[in-house]
Amino acid sequence: MSSKDIDIEFILKKEREMKRERLKRAWFRFKRSKLALTGLSIFLALLIAATFADYVAPYPKHAGTYVNFKERFQPPSLKHLFGTDHLGRDIFSRVIFGLRLAFLMIGIVISIVLPTGTVLGLIAGYYKGRWIEHIIMRLADMFVALPPLILALSICAILEPNIVNAMIAVTLMWWPWYTRMVYSMTSALRNEPYVWAVRALGMRDLSIMFKEILPNILGPILTKATLDAAWVILIGAAISFLGLGAQPPTPDLGTMVSEYMTYFPKNWWMILGPVLGIAIIIMAFNLLGDGLREVFAGE
Amino acid sequence: MANTDIEKGSEHPIMLRLKNLKKYFPTSRGTVKAVDGISLNVFKGETLALVGESGSGKTTTAHVILGRYIATEGSVLYKNIEIGHMPLIKRPLWLRREIQIVFQDPATSLNPKKTVKDIIEVAIKIHYPKLSKLDRVERLLELLRYVGLTEDFLFKLPGELGGGEKQLVALARALATDPKFLILDEPTSALDVSAQSKILKTLLNIQRDRRLSYILITHDLAVVRNISHRVAVMYLGKIVEKAPTEELFSNPLHPYTRMLLSSIPTLTEEESKLLPKGIESTGEIASAINPPPGCRFHPRCPYAMDICKKMEPPDINVSKGSKVRIVKCWLYAEESKTKL
Repeated sequence: MSSKDIDIEFILKKEREMKRERLKRAWFRFKRSKLALTGLSIFLALLIAATFADYVAPYPKHAGTYVNFKERFQPPSLKHLFGTDHLGRDIFSRVIFGLRLAFLMIGIVISIVLPTGTVLGLIAGYYKGRWIEHIIMRLADMFVALPPLILALSICAILEPNIVNAMIAVTLMWWPWYTRMVYSMTSALRNEPYVWAVRALGMRDLSIMFKEILPNILGPILTKATLDAAWVILIGAAISFLGLGAQPPTPDLGTMVSEYMTYFPKNWWMILGPVLGIAIIIMAFNLLGDGLREVFAGE
Repeated sequence: MANTDIEKGSEHPIMLRLKNLKKYFPTSRGTVKAVDGISLNVFKGETLALVGESGSGKTTTAHVILGRYIATEGSVLYKNIEIGHMPLIKRPLWLRREIQIVFQDPATSLNPKKTVKDIIEVAIKIHYPKLSKLDRVERLLELLRYVGLTEDFLFKLPGELGGGEKQLVALARALATDPKFLILDEPTSALDVSAQSKILKTLLNIQRDRRLSYILITHDLAVVRNISHRVAVMYLGKIVEKAPTEELFSNPLHPYTRMLLSSIPTLTEEESKLLPKGIESTGEIASAINPPPGCRFHPRCPYAMDICKKMEPPDINVSKGSKVRIVKCWLYAEESKTKL
């Protein structure tokens, strides 16, 4: 018996080693791309800044209803990196708080859309040809048929214009795209011999979907989620810009652009901060997505 | 019915019996009659080879037995239980345990994202849920060594294995449930020659140790000669000849069987002298949507007579002694009559 036990210990140790080895290789593929690394560093820096906005921002109070008319319309300086706005608030501080809102929005939208879209797509793809496929996919088609921005705007217009409803709008227009992608990949894989092999073994449908098919399509799903994060920001900003999203004085990047546009071009630097914020966060997610694509493609 | 009684010559119990099995696929261009009324038996501990060209319906037959397709007509009896109209999803767990399959291409029959351990462990988890984690790993190692692999393979992904190794893993997975009946769907055709011989040797050892029954689907006659006891030759959804392996190779009766044998590539003069004479491989298999009337092989048959074009030949029993031989060809109709 004792020799057997040692055997098992040795094997479990080896399993851990192999897992570490696979992670190492994935990291190697990721870091081969300088752009992906840049994306990751920017992403982490922004995330840290957004999380600790209260400490990072030079004037945390300026995020809200602070007013100081003495300092208004100041051009960029060392004291105010992006200048000050029409109420004398430090725009740099407001942009950092804006990043926090942007990350929050991405986090909430993706964490609702990703699981829902994936599960619906798996079910529809696996049961292709059954009634459940038709229900899910026709529903998805309905949402896809409407132009995304118009759909989001009308939802925001019907509901009260605020940041929560903006997120609901983006979520509603986003899930069908995941469902459709997962659906097409699942329906392509559901008749693979390895799926039939586990069916012959007696595995249940739900287990097959989540344990056999999902691992094979997870790469593209995560890559799409990362690339989509950029779009969530853009759509969110567009909704806010049009006045149907977050309302002033919320330091939302889109809302800020819309507010500060009034003073363009005379006080041109005012929109510079929020626009740069939007641009850099989108760029970070795009680079990150490209890096992830490399990691999954190399497997 | 007559056939099955004659075939009872063996003292081994029948594991699987196909009776007038038909599988049709409706398509927009007509009904594809992939399998059109075949009957055969597989005995315990025996290998029955089902051979024929691509499109003859042998893989469809395998998948009906597995439960992927439901029989259109006729029956599939496993241990005298009708399973031909029972889709895989509806089959009880014990049945799924007893009938297992090894697919043609091991590159697609193993999940590329799972380690060898995960792939085999799934089978043990489903069929032996009471085993502890340690016992599962024990059993896993036993299986791996049994098919000739070592524990070094446990945590490899299919992509890190060679073709032969992959097929051994697929075999280990099928054996993990302790099956009684294995469907081998062209188990060697995707492998190189050295890997082929290893798989065949392992299959023979397993059969000897466990008295498994195999139904071997293949177009490779060398494989048939090496491991099967009896052969059924299929052409366009029908079985045209059934015979013990040695007899089929030494004295092929049906013109189609002769054509298949004559097309085995040979290296030397002596070898080619052993091949059947007077028939060469011509033409291609006809469409299963519109099969030729009469004998389905007549357009390619050098011996075709008038009757072949009009009437389908019956199954003619040409057995000598205890060895059952059946051939579906008008050429032997007279012979059998005179014998009677």
